[in-house]
Amino acid sequence: MTQDNNTLVDVQNLSKLFPIGQGVFKQAESFVHAVSGVNLKIKRGESVGLVGESGCGKTTTGKLLTRLIDPSEGNIFLDTDEGRVDIAHMRGKEMKIFRRRVQMIFQDPYESMNPRLTIYDTVAEPLNVQGIGTVAEREARVSDLLETVGLTPASSFLFRYPHELSGGQRQRVAIARALVINPDFVVADEPTSMLDVSVRTGVMHLMQDLADRFGVTYLYITHDLAVARYMCDRIAVMYLGKIVEIGNTEDVLQHPKHPYTKALLSAVPVPDPTYTREPILIKGGISRPVDPEPRCRFYDRCPLADKICEGNDHPPLEDQGGGHLAACYHI
Amino acid sequence: MTENVLEVNDLTMHYMTRKGPVFAVDGVTFHVKRGEAIGLVGESGCGKTSIAISLLKLLPNNAKILNGEIKINDVDTVPLSDKEMNKYRWKNISMVFQAAMNSMNPVYSVEEQIAEAMREHMPHLSDQEMSEKIDYLFNLVGLDPALKTQYPHQYSGGMRQRAVIAMALSCDPDIIIADEPTTALDVIVQDAILKRIREIQEELNMAMIYISHDIAVIAEVSQRVGVMYAGKLVEMSSTEDIFHHPIHPYTMALMSSFPSIVGEKTELVTLAGEPPDLLNPPAGCRFHPRCPYATEICREQEPDFKEHAVGHYAACWHPGGVK
Amino acid sequence: MSTISSPVDATYIPLWRVRLRLFWRAVKTNWAMFAENPIGLFGLGLIIFFGLFALAHPILISTVWEAKIYDPVNGFDIEIPYHPSPPSAKHLLGTDPMGRDVLSQLMFSTRYEFALGMISAIVTVLIATSIGAIAAYYGGITDILLMRIVDLVIMIPYLPILIVMSALMRVGMIELALFIGILSGFGGTAIVIKSQALTVKVKPYIEAARISGGGDFHIIFTHMVPNLLPIALLYMMFVVTGAIFSEAVLSFFGLTEIDMSWGLMINTTQVFGYIMRFDAWYLLLPASLAITLLCAAFYMVGRALDEVVNPRLRER
Repeated sequence: MTQDNNTLVDVQNLSKLFPIGQGVFKQAESFVHAVSGVNLKIKRGESVGLVGESGCGKTTTGKLLTRLIDPSEGNIFLDTDEGRVDIAHMRGKEMKIFRRRVQMIFQDPYESMNPRLTIYDTVAEPLNVQGIGTVAEREARVSDLLETVGLTPASSFLFRYPHELSGGQRQRVAIARALVINPDFVVADEPTSMLDVSVRTGVMHLMQDLADRFGVTYLYITHDLAVARYMCDRIAVMYLGKIVEIGNTEDVLQHPKHPYTKALLSAVPVPDPTYTREPILIKGGISRPVDPEPRCRFYDRCPLADKICEGNDHPPLEDQGGGHLAACYHI
Repeated sequence: MTENVLEVNDLTMHYMTRKGPVFAVDGVTFHVKRGEAIGLVGESGCGKTSIAISLLKLLPNNAKILNGEIKINDVDTVPLSDKEMNKYRWKNISMVFQAAMNSMNPVYSVEEQIAEAMREHMPHLSDQEMSEKIDYLFNLVGLDPALKTQYPHQYSGGMRQRAVIAMALSCDPDIIIADEPTTALDVIVQDAILKRIREIQEELNMAMIYISHDIAVIAEVSQRVGVMYAGKLVEMSSTEDIFHHPIHPYTMALMSSFPSIVGEKTELVTLAGEPPDLLNPPAGCRFHPRCPYATEICREQEPDFKEHAVGHYAACWHPGGVK
Repeated sequence: MSTISSPVDATYIPLWRVRLRLFWRAVKTNWAMFAENPIGLFGLGLIIFFGLFALAHPILISTVWEAKIYDPVNGFDIEIPYHPSPPSAKHLLGTDPMGRDVLSQLMFSTRYEFALGMISAIVTVLIATSIGAIAAYYGGITDILLMRIVDLVIMIPYLPILIVMSALMRVGMIELALFIGILSGFGGTAIVIKSQALTVKVKPYIEAARISGGGDFHIIFTHMVPNLLPIALLYMMFVVTGAIFSEAVLSFFGLTEIDMSWGLMINTTQVFGYIMRFDAWYLLLPASLAITLLCAAFYMVGRALDEVVNPRLRER
């Protein structure tokens, strides 16, 4: 693999297995392969969308990248001032310093803030925990940032409690909290899926503005392809723990290569009563990847499945031209 | 029998809260023709679910219908007692709830639950007929009848939603209300269920009110669409009019702020501000603080919900954004 | 990103004063909710009454009441020929078989009851909150060990143990309060608090704190404990009731070494054989009624707090 200087995050062969039926004195019977062998490179300043159905491993991937959970296997290289650092197995003090570089925005604006802390305490928490600045400096920084995310005047929001704010305002607070320590990389887990349409657009625009202004790199996790189209430069489609297709947003949406991506796209309802969608060809529903067979993960539902797919391991992601990669034997 | 299965006139209902009354539905008027599918779209808290529970009179203790009439097959159900209303529920009007898991009892099999509703409203059916009917319903919603003796937790999310739809159809209602039945589901499952709902609705020639916040879903299932904002119906017309020629500024903003994966990637419009607090709604038109076309009259007087073109109703002083 | 500037705003208010104001506002809103409940207000009224009752005793002894006669433990009224004597102008609730003033005894004991209830409640709730929070947060083997301790405490017949303890050593008020606090109820409370802690633990704000670099200590004390405190406070009220009740039982059997308490007053009545004599009601009734009322008062306050703490119980 060539090393690109512009790469901020380089995920290599990342896997996470969750044991089933494990007890304190009992060995696990089987494993859910929530994320298996994921490779992903994210360039600095880029916004990559991770899309898929619930249970496909996209949230687990997000949690691995923010090191909320420990990976079972693989490396996560982060480009820092001190060069390329593998954060996949970092611990202790080193880990705490790394936490300044990666932040997360959560899905639910109602649950992602402690109801007993004021907006100031919520936003200042990363500064507090990391011991950055004096109390007065923190206050000034938080006020600044609240105004940046559109909560003006900041003084009227600083000492309010989350329940006094609307969903859109809270999500703005969550964005301010994520950006307060100047991270390089932000994992946004469905940040707009619980917001109303009229408020959602504002939050989407805000996230894009901030990315441009502060040079933030996003991993944007979502199930909504239409939102991903507006938020992301590239889109990666996940299915049962594997990335099955990745490429520039318009390439993936207009010219999907993988049969799963095709199905997913034709299932998205279109806000136009005169538009007729293509019929979906895949069968059955999504299952859990419990000790999966060594063949294509999409085999059971794929309209193109044949002997090659059954006989071989899960297909590798191969370049189809122009940085558009897909993992399928029949393209 | 008239053409309209359901007529709602000037319906007003409120919730009593600690801080005062919240007018969740305020002077809403619309009708549903036999075999017609209408969509109700709006943001959370705009009163769309409140309309649904008012139509079925499944009101919580602190809610009250203050005014208006709800005519189901020409019978006004507002003055009816709960017991009298029971005759209409399921049989004339039934509902598919948002949270499929919560609307099923985990200790009874799916078959028993559907049978219970049928026994109440169609006592003339024999056990044999009932069992056949349930098989028919299962086939109708796309479930294997062999699964009917299973319990709700053995079903996947999509299957559960299908079972809830089967239950709502069990007593051959004239009108079915679907309150965000696919919101919690993944797109591929949602697509299959939407397709089924459309087919069933056409096959049985049943009227339907489909409630959703997702205008893309509404576009697919309904022939006419009503747009709600802050407890009021602000615009209602054919689906094509609403999507291609909206005249209420709120609808216009809604349409241009909704992303789509097909067509050209247009700039999404941001609507300033937040939906109003219904405890303390703004005077005049409730949309005026966020409306780009608002003038003096909007701040002072409430616009009437009137017909601006044939079958195209809207409540706005400046329809189409014309000053 | 913009540089950090110091606040130059003329209306700048220091952080601690803002926090004080917020705290005061929270107190006011919670009080408003509490005050809507007549049962809670009645209970609080009773507690305040008993509080004043306890405070009045030292004042009375140093002013109106002659210590020789009115001392709750060693006092004796020689002017009355025969003890116990029924209520009179001098002794409003009469005297006990040993010639001591019953009202004085009743007032003197109140402060002990309060201290006992409070100490044991605080001990119980401290243990229960720590166990609940730690078990929920760490899970796994820690959880299992702590929960087995809890099971053990639930199964311990604590009254018999207290009886044995009192035979082995001198059990004064403080010791008794600690014993009751440790042995009586933390099991049940810990389980309730743990279940609450489990719901807090999975909230995204805990994950947000961890992503910011917050350690276990930070997460437990900034995020979990503040969300457990309301329910802990609620259970404190119920523990107070239990502690006062247990003390009465032990003192009635004469197993404690406490100068004077409501339980001991009933014990004296029984020892001298007046327990079934209705003409000597003034010996039994005041102490029994006081126990009942104070226990009930804390219970009522607890019920009312439950409605403040538990939004589901709140009427809309």
